[in-house]
Amino acid sequence: MKLEIRNVGKTFQSKSGAITAIDTATLNVRAGEFVCLLGPSGCGKSTLLNLIAGLDKPTRGEILMDGKPIGNTGTDRVMIFQSAALFPWLSVFDNVKFGLNMIGVPKPERQVIARRYLAMVHLAEFENAFVHELSGGMRQRVAIARALALDPAVLLMDEPFGALDAQTRDLLHGELQTIWQATCKTILFVTHNVREAVVLGDRVVVFSARPARIKREWTVDLPRPRQIESYAVVDLARDIMQTLKDDVLVSQRDNDAQRLSELEMQMIGDDVL
Amino acid sequence: MEIRKVIRTLGFLIALLAVWQSLAILEVYPEYIFPSPLGVLQTLARGFQNGRFVIGIASSMQRILIGFGISAILGVAFGLALGRQRWLNDTLGALVLGLQTLPSICWLPIALLWFGLSETAILFVVVMGALLAITTATEAGVKNTPPLYLRAARNLGARGWKLYALVILPAALPSILTGMKLGWSFAWRSLMAAELLYVSLGLGQLLTMGRELNDMSQVIAVMIVIIAIGLLVDRAVFAPLESRVRERWGLNS
Ligand SMILES: Nc1ncnc2c1ncn2[C@@H]1O[C@H](COP(=O)(O)OP(=O)(O)OP(=O)(O)O)[C@@H](O)[C@H]1O
Ligand SMILES: [Mg+2]
Repeated sequence: MKLEIRNVGKTFQSKSGAITAIDTATLNVRAGEFVCLLGPSGCGKSTLLNLIAGLDKPTRGEILMDGKPIGNTGTDRVMIFQSAALFPWLSVFDNVKFGLNMIGVPKPERQVIARRYLAMVHLAEFENAFVHELSGGMRQRVAIARALALDPAVLLMDEPFGALDAQTRDLLHGELQTIWQATCKTILFVTHNVREAVVLGDRVVVFSARPARIKREWTVDLPRPRQIESYAVVDLARDIMQTLKDDVLVSQRDNDAQRLSELEMQMIGDDVL
Repeated sequence: MEIRKVIRTLGFLIALLAVWQSLAILEVYPEYIFPSPLGVLQTLARGFQNGRFVIGIASSMQRILIGFGISAILGVAFGLALGRQRWLNDTLGALVLGLQTLPSICWLPIALLWFGLSETAILFVVVMGALLAITTATEAGVKNTPPLYLRAARNLGARGWKLYALVILPAALPSILTGMKLGWSFAWRSLMAAELLYVSLGLGQLLTMGRELNDMSQVIAVMIVIIAIGLLVDRAVFAPLESRVRERWGLNS
């Protein structure tokens, strides 16, 4: 499904005054496109995903899906949170079935669908496990299965692999690309990691420091499946990195610097290697 | 470490019993004021054999199960409502907070006036004993529901009562259990107090009877039963439940 973000802005009113998280963002995403969003910490990437998910309302502008304004939350746009956000009181199986239950899918069908997606993320034999018994990577995979089970047209992923080790992340990159190719979903993927963006995206969109504007875009034409250590990926990542680095420095100078995390400096370290 | 602790506690209890028994043997005080531990043990055994203690325990347990059950249901319902509705919180919430400082046995006069000398009056006191603790704990649990769960749930299509029943309620469960544990001990105390004052079958009545017959060993025997039941329920029911839930909810690390 086609997604249009038109002149969207978001200003938060808080006790310490108004914070403009997003200045104006305009972005068109083709149906079935995989778009990666990059930008310095605190620039408003999560805010944008929340707006698209309908969890927050934009202050300005509008968001359209296939030409129609999005309303509240809807199961045609499902978010995968950085911390998985699984329900610990439910088994893995029940977590995956949760959304199906909410939208009133009959019970026998729920089971079939949930099993299918659990198998897709290679967790079939963990359906009876509870969340506290899973590793971080497994939790993220359950969250992906839980979102996919609703068969949303748009998948919103907010740094879903941020907390994982490199090996697990590479594995999930492979799985995600396979799933995306099999299901033809439109995916918006926020990340701090430039190489991750290049490996996954058809397009990489870089935001400026807060208030977010879209600063630059790259189209990634590399053949799939892509490997994170391939030369083509590394080269493009380095190019993007340079742009981002300048911006991080600006955000550092303007200093809300508490939001400027070590993560970023670390990322620059990683990626410039 | 653990073993040393157990040894210390056991040693202390044994020493206490020994001192008690020797004081009794020396007949420092008359038997009806100061019974021996063996005498108490005999009274206990006799009480269970002739069934009086069994009947007493059964009637007290029946009351507390009914009373506690009612408070659990009402308390969770009130807590859910108070936790989610600002206007309820500002009105009823303030009332609950105020009433909580009232020892629950103070409800007995009202109960007697409303319901007369009846089972209902006792039940009312028991319910009031646990209700406010459970309400406040549920309310706190609801207010502290991690916003992430709510966002995830809305994102997956949860609305209305399903959001309450399938997300907010389970998210608040650890806190609700803590409230129930506290509520249980309050309810148990209120029940004993009420049974002392209003005589019908029950452990409180056995206590009163012991006093009226000048039978100190019965008084102590019944006290031991009351302590044992209180401890047993806490250790055998609430503690394992609480630790299981805390583990599963990921609150132990
Ligand atoms: N509910 C809110 N109330 C007030 N300010 C907010 C709120 N949510 C976000 N902000 C502010 O909006 C800005 C953008 O936040 P956002 O979470 O979108 O950043 P981000 O780009 O996702 O950062 P990160 O990469 O660190 O996750 C931040 O400065 C933040 O302080
Ligand atoms: Mg974010």
